[in-house]
Amino acid sequence: MGLWDSYRMRLRRKRRILRALRKSRELRCVQDNTSRIRPKDILLVSTIRNEKIRLPYFLKYYRDLGVSHFLFVDNDSNDGMQSYLGEMDDVSIWHTKGSYKASNFGVDWCNFLLRKYAHGHWSLIVDPDELFVYPFCDTRPVRALTDWLDSSQLRSFSAMLLDVYPKGRIDEIPYKAGQNPLEIAHWFDSGNYTVSRNATYGNLWIQGGPRARVFFGDKPRQAPALNKIPLVKWDRKYAYVSSTHALLPRGLNQVYETDGGEKASGILLHTKFLDTFSGKAQEELKRRQHYAGSVEYAAYAETLKTQPDLWCKWSEKYINWRQLEILGLMSKGNWA
Amino acid sequence: MSSVGIVMLVHTALERAEQVVRHWTAAGCPVVLHVDRKVDDARFRAFKVKFTKDPLVRFSNRHRCEWGTWGIVAASQSASELMLAQFADVRHVFLASGSCLPLRPVQELVDYLAARPRTDFIESATTADVPWIVGGLSTERFTLRFPFSWKRQRRTFDAYVSLQRKLGIRRRIPYGLIPHMGSQWWCLTRQTLSAILEDPNRKAYDAYFRRVWIPDESYYQTLARLYSSKIESRSLTLSKFDFQGKPHVFYDDHLQLLRRSDCFVARKIWPQADRLYRTFLTDASGAMKRTEPNPGKIDRIFAKAVERRTRGRKGLYMQSRYPDVGAENGMTSGPYSILQGFSELFENFEPWFARATGARVHGHLFAPERAVFSDDQQLFNGCLSDNARSRDYNPERFLSNLIWNTRGERQCFQFGPRDTQKANWFMARDANAQISVISGAWAIPLFKSNANFTELRREAARLQQIESDQLQLLRSKWVSARIRIWSMAEFVEAPMENLQTIVDEIGPLANSHLSEAPKMVDLVGFGQFLQNLKNQGMHPYLMGDFPVDPTPAQTSQRPRKPYLVK
Repeated sequence: MGLWDSYRMRLRRKRRILRALRKSRELRCVQDNTSRIRPKDILLVSTIRNEKIRLPYFLKYYRDLGVSHFLFVDNDSNDGMQSYLGEMDDVSIWHTKGSYKASNFGVDWCNFLLRKYAHGHWSLIVDPDELFVYPFCDTRPVRALTDWLDSSQLRSFSAMLLDVYPKGRIDEIPYKAGQNPLEIAHWFDSGNYTVSRNATYGNLWIQGGPRARVFFGDKPRQAPALNKIPLVKWDRKYAYVSSTHALLPRGLNQVYETDGGEKASGILLHTKFLDTFSGKAQEELKRRQHYAGSVEYAAYAETLKTQPDLWCKWSEKYINWRQLEILGLMSKGNWA
Repeated sequence: MSSVGIVMLVHTALERAEQVVRHWTAAGCPVVLHVDRKVDDARFRAFKVKFTKDPLVRFSNRHRCEWGTWGIVAASQSASELMLAQFADVRHVFLASGSCLPLRPVQELVDYLAARPRTDFIESATTADVPWIVGGLSTERFTLRFPFSWKRQRRTFDAYVSLQRKLGIRRRIPYGLIPHMGSQWWCLTRQTLSAILEDPNRKAYDAYFRRVWIPDESYYQTLARLYSSKIESRSLTLSKFDFQGKPHVFYDDHLQLLRRSDCFVARKIWPQADRLYRTFLTDASGAMKRTEPNPGKIDRIFAKAVERRTRGRKGLYMQSRYPDVGAENGMTSGPYSILQGFSELFENFEPWFARATGARVHGHLFAPERAVFSDDQQLFNGCLSDNARSRDYNPERFLSNLIWNTRGERQCFQFGPRDTQKANWFMARDANAQISVISGAWAIPLFKSNANFTELRREAARLQQIESDQLQLLRSKWVSARIRIWSMAEFVEAPMENLQTIVDEIGPLANSHLSEAPKMVDLVGFGQFLQNLKNQGMHPYLMGDFPVDPTPAQTSQRPRKPYLVK
């Protein structure tokens, strides 16, 4: 990478940050518990729209892992999410009526909150339908992981998005608030992922899984990206560039080894495919607030009419992180 | 009072250190604490106050301890001097850190050392004999100067090292010293330790080691060699290092491993590993169940972790392993076979080959219409789809995924010039690939087809061009695959012999001699077909020479019997 390239990236990063500051005017804080954040706390940042039903389990899951404070952007939900979270003193909420799309799919809002509150904190940036799994997550809290990352002088940790789905029709079993979504959706594709390198930001670009298989078979290039870097020791100089797929400065995207070895990595179990999905897909299609003209949701709506079963005989049933590591979807790296 | 004194260097997690100190003193062992200068005064005083009533605890002068620098040695010197001066009964001094955890009852350690009153336990080896040097500095640790911090001033550090190398500056090692290195956690007898600390030359030695890199791994290790009457070159502290030279940390889930390790003390323990601290500190008698000792298992686990980090799993491409071209360390996870021209030349070749080898035999995986998996499945292991566009989006990953998903089962597939050629280079470079080509066999389906001759001619020209490019690639010098190429004419001369060599290579099942032969397609008229192509100006050359005129023996009207070789 030449000097000129580095300079361009620097400008791009600054632009991201300026943009985040500008977009922050759309945010109105409705619940501020940020004074309770202590110096070593692990934070979680998420943009939410009408996902109240998922929150009880989501909060429990991440509290159990050791997340100390939640920073939520409420993108104009109308399902009573704010009143549900009202009593919780480890939750801060910002409300916005702003356009999800115009804020770079929520990235600008997150960048702002991270810059303002997460400087020096290990931070998880996940959607409400994503469950973070990392090596030894059944016996060690996230703090053990971040301590290890600190001592290894690593600033970011990758976790690929792994779509989990139910067997049978997606809308067959209704999801109830507080329920572990994996009770319903616990099947996944184990070995159809393609990886390539994004030359601009140096991150990997991973596509595949059931969405690519069922919805994007004939247009694989458009299949959604699954690479994510959701755990970062944030610094106010950092910025996400597209969703949580890539960051600037580019060094943060070097979460993979190019010399034959394996770095440690985790998985985000993506529990999108519950009975709530069909309604969501319809709504998102109308709102047109998603990436590339919601091409993804158009494909879903099209296919879901006819073939709502993502399961096939080669689907793998989710057991635990060790299984994912044996299948080569994540790695312990040199953490033992 | 016990005859074992503990020198403990503390810098973080003071609550844990306190717990461990109480554990030692409860068993009667005196403890001298060195608290890093970096710990602020308020915290230090609060910590010190907790031990005012304990007659077995002392605090030494404080030094600033930074990894790889002299401060750590200075700290252990001050603390050791205090220990020897204040506790006259102490016979062995045990150096520990705040994140060390005693695994066996303290009394067992005391008894063990009492039974070996003259032995110094200190890992100490000459630089030539240790493999675990990080950062490329071995002997140079002792012959260059290191005034800069490796952690904070890496560039200056590196620049100064290379400057000294360029100028050829070398330090003189003090007379009589032979540099030794080893784990910084030792247990020395009063005799040896006091000899080191009271050495008349100590000033000179200290001045020398002050500029050695990571002196805590060499100061005592070198000097003990001067005075010790009996060195046992191993550390009583279980401590494992990863490939960056940083200690592995133990967590709650290591409990069973530690229990069975049979070691006296382990480090480093994660400060929040409540279960480990609870188990080993409170329940003294049952802490280390005297089960089968098994320190080897810990070794294996950590050795595997290093291996995974530096070499990785063969043939795996994923979010945190994406090797550059040439650095793959195994491009795919296991051997597989590519068969070109066989299913054209033999009828029902695939089921026959599967029977003969016991392997999984696919059709044309790279066919333009779809990936033809074995048994005509639409999806395959790992939910791999037969969709041609998905496959052609990244054919190399399609192939490496297929091989990865079927670890433990040999994969074979048909290939040919009609198929997508985008993965050719990958296969040719892959040492796991076994490529067998009958060149020119693509002409057989054309010969059998019912298409117009102009079309046939055009198709033949296209396929011949593709295959010729492919063969050129397979013959390049960069190829690692196992490659066999026959022209069709060459192959039909001794088909069974050739098949046998391919089958033999594949696996244990194939060790027996082939008993059943595949049926070769009827080639009567093939020579004439080729001649017709030639007459049209398209010269098919890849299949070798097939005579145009049927030989006299075959002039009868009956169709010739197909080749059947037993």
